[in-house]
Amino acid sequence: MSPEPLSRAPIARRTVLKASLLAGGGFALDALIPLPASALAAARGEPAARAQLSAFVSVAADGTVTIVSKNPEIGQGIKTSLPMIVADELDCDWSQVRITQADLDQARYGEQYAGGSTATTRDWLPMRQTGAAARAMLLAAAAQRWRVSATELTTSRGRIFHRASGRSLGYGAVASAAAAVPPPDLAQVPLKDPSEFTIIGQRVVGTDSARIVRGAPIFGMDTRLPGMLYAVYEVAPAYGGRLVKADVEAARRAPGVRHVIPIVGNGDYDSGLADGVAILASHWWLANEARAQLAVEWNLSAARGHSSSVYRANADAAIAHGPQADLRVDGDAAGQLATAAKRIGARYDYPFIAHAPLEPQNCAARFSDGKLEIWAPTQTPQRGLAALEKALGIAPASVTLHLTRSGGGFGRRLMNDYLIQAAAIARAVPGVPVQLIWSREDDMRRDYYRPGGWHSFEAGVSERGELVAFTDHFVTFGDGKTTARAAGYNTAMPPAGLVPHLRYSQSMMPTVVNTGALRAPGSNALAFASQSFLDEVAYAAGTDLPRLMLSLLGEPREVAAPGGGVPFDTGRARAVIARVLEVSDWAQQPAGSRRAKGFAFYFSHRGYFAEVVEASVAGSDITVHKVWVAGDIGSHIVNPMGAENQVRGAVIDGLAQALAGQAIEFVDGAAQQSNFHDFPLARMPLAPEIEIAWVRSAKPPTGLGEPALPPVIPALTNAIFAATGTRVRSLPIRLHSA
Amino acid sequence: MGYRLEVNGTVHEVQVPGEMPLLWVLRDELGLVGTKYGCGKGYCGACTVHLDGATVRSCLLKVASVGTAKIHTIEHIGTSAAGERLQRAWLEIDVMQCGYCQAGQIMSACALLARSASPSDAEINAAMSGNICRCGCYNRIRSAIRIAAGLKEEADHVA
Repeated sequence: MSPEPLSRAPIARRTVLKASLLAGGGFALDALIPLPASALAAARGEPAARAQLSAFVSVAADGTVTIVSKNPEIGQGIKTSLPMIVADELDCDWSQVRITQADLDQARYGEQYAGGSTATTRDWLPMRQTGAAARAMLLAAAAQRWRVSATELTTSRGRIFHRASGRSLGYGAVASAAAAVPPPDLAQVPLKDPSEFTIIGQRVVGTDSARIVRGAPIFGMDTRLPGMLYAVYEVAPAYGGRLVKADVEAARRAPGVRHVIPIVGNGDYDSGLADGVAILASHWWLANEARAQLAVEWNLSAARGHSSSVYRANADAAIAHGPQADLRVDGDAAGQLATAAKRIGARYDYPFIAHAPLEPQNCAARFSDGKLEIWAPTQTPQRGLAALEKALGIAPASVTLHLTRSGGGFGRRLMNDYLIQAAAIARAVPGVPVQLIWSREDDMRRDYYRPGGWHSFEAGVSERGELVAFTDHFVTFGDGKTTARAAGYNTAMPPAGLVPHLRYSQSMMPTVVNTGALRAPGSNALAFASQSFLDEVAYAAGTDLPRLMLSLLGEPREVAAPGGGVPFDTGRARAVIARVLEVSDWAQQPAGSRRAKGFAFYFSHRGYFAEVVEASVAGSDITVHKVWVAGDIGSHIVNPMGAENQVRGAVIDGLAQALAGQAIEFVDGAAQQSNFHDFPLARMPLAPEIEIAWVRSAKPPTGLGEPALPPVIPALTNAIFAATGTRVRSLPIRLHSA
Repeated sequence: MGYRLEVNGTVHEVQVPGEMPLLWVLRDELGLVGTKYGCGKGYCGACTVHLDGATVRSCLLKVASVGTAKIHTIEHIGTSAAGERLQRAWLEIDVMQCGYCQAGQIMSACALLARSASPSDAEINAAMSGNICRCGCYNRIRSAIRIAAGLKEEADHVA
């Protein structure tokens, strides 16, 4: 079978790049300027081992295409999906492709981070252009060789065809010549019609999967450097603790221990260098064992009173007192509530929870001759550089940062505290490579937790069963002016913009505990509270939540988000709701008592997700039988193999948050949970069948790491209500035996 | 203290305290880093290895207690028929997300297939309950075990 050459718009125009940035992308155009060495080699007619066509693409003489993956891989599949986009426009065969991980170099690669499900949104077009530009350079080189116009050439699976003369050649044959071709203007380079995609949309196995099943050393934890010592970093038992004095002599004499180093931090929340004592040893276990020999006096006064019981009492008082500030006021909610035919109210709350990626925080570092080299599993390497400079005064130009695969992220590795610690320790032992590894207990007690929160809702329903007024008083953490990290509200949260009279308001209390973004930050908690309460509203109005949502959404239109946020497309919301009702056969409730379906919808991270959970309750035991997910993340699912895994993972993550008993409690600023026995994660029996239906809208594709998570929790709590008549208004779910 | 360990068919002499868990001997002494640290308390199963074919949590097993038992790790599991089938099944449906737990998952699955060639779903759930996958790849882990066992696999489980 001969490959079908691809016909495409010819490349008629080539312009040399200017040193400018692509609008909206922050994507470095100089990425496409050939490296001097390969260009020089090509000019001299020497075959380059691997001709560099751009920062992202090189082609070897045998046709092997090497594509650089720029972003941190944390399990979201980006090391596979972004290269797929490049390879598709390059029009090579996926079997020709090798993928390498970039070090941190944003001047060369553009943004390099993993957060907010942003990469597909941001990189879809630039990655297509990068692949198309490399193809154009190869075409130009072939045209030169054959002395024909590039417009007469077509490509397929890594070969270039000249139909008129019946000639063809592989990309490798013209790779070094192509490296000398002036790169085209990215904005002008012709792109495939989506109907011509050959790789995007295929089920592609992950880049590192074959290495993973063989136990190859690819994670941060697996970094090994000659002469490396292993380190632990003992910090105060409570947040905000300061080092008073440390007697380190006994630890210094412990087996295998080489150095014990007290470090005074900067007390800065963002750069995260907490006071502590580093122990360096020949083996990590010996370093960790020596902690018992430390005698450290901490000043823990800052954390006094920062206990979960106090936070709860503060929240009760705040709700009784009324909000400190309004966040959004539409119409006259108070007036409408006063005259509504039905008025209902309820309080909801959820706890602090930990990220608990399975690979504990770790980082290898070597400080020699004023230069710092780092191997880190981090989601935000560039922020790590900035934090290094702030905390340790090490200039970014002196730092080389290698991105390792991360054993999970979930938002934890947006914070680089462990990276700063490793650098501080390495600097104290110049020339000696150091690998800092946190114990699971360190990881559980030193998280930037998803903050707990409290909501007091009220809703007014008219005689005709319409939602006419909606209010939420949100009690959260902050210094009185600004909310703590990831503790803010979303004033665009439905039903905002869909109901005429609405008031979102807020109160804050201080906390010394570090808070931060957890997968679908904000949304993972707000969806539970708001969609569960709206289910209560639907019952009060004599309908069900899907019908209530559809009536609120109304005609397809874009609802603007306050402050220029991503607008909300009610048509896309309607479509995923309709789809999930169809695939779950919503109208048909399951047979048997205390078994029912529940529904919820949420929009976050540009993704529209409606989900149905079928659950049953026996005594206090809850079984989830099946979950149906309908999602719209735009026109294409880049890699369905990875995408479906992301959705299932998000569903199981949400179910674990609700069902497994996850909550971090504090006593005087000290986390009381320490490992998986008291902060349980999902295990295999919890995983239900999960059916996924994609709704394709004509919008550019967006990210998937997060938006499938938020609806599953309220879909579950709404199913529990339907099955039992018991409202779950507090997480984690704890039912009492009936 | 000196200990003789047979790991993946090779005998190693190691000089470490007898209290040191096997996990850290594998990782920091022998450079076999495929076996992972997750919790250090036997809750997560990331450190699972085989001792004479049976699964053990290497984070809890003192090196002094290993004795003459033969140790096998993820680096070597592909040389056994069941291990090779599991690795192939894992790749056929691309089980993993972050992948950090998968060495332990495959070691547990391999021991399961050794004692039950065609495990039921209940058997799979029971055998794999000690292995946490934080990313939630459980549906595909179950499917991959069925595939490796030669059981008919329904497409919607795999998807």
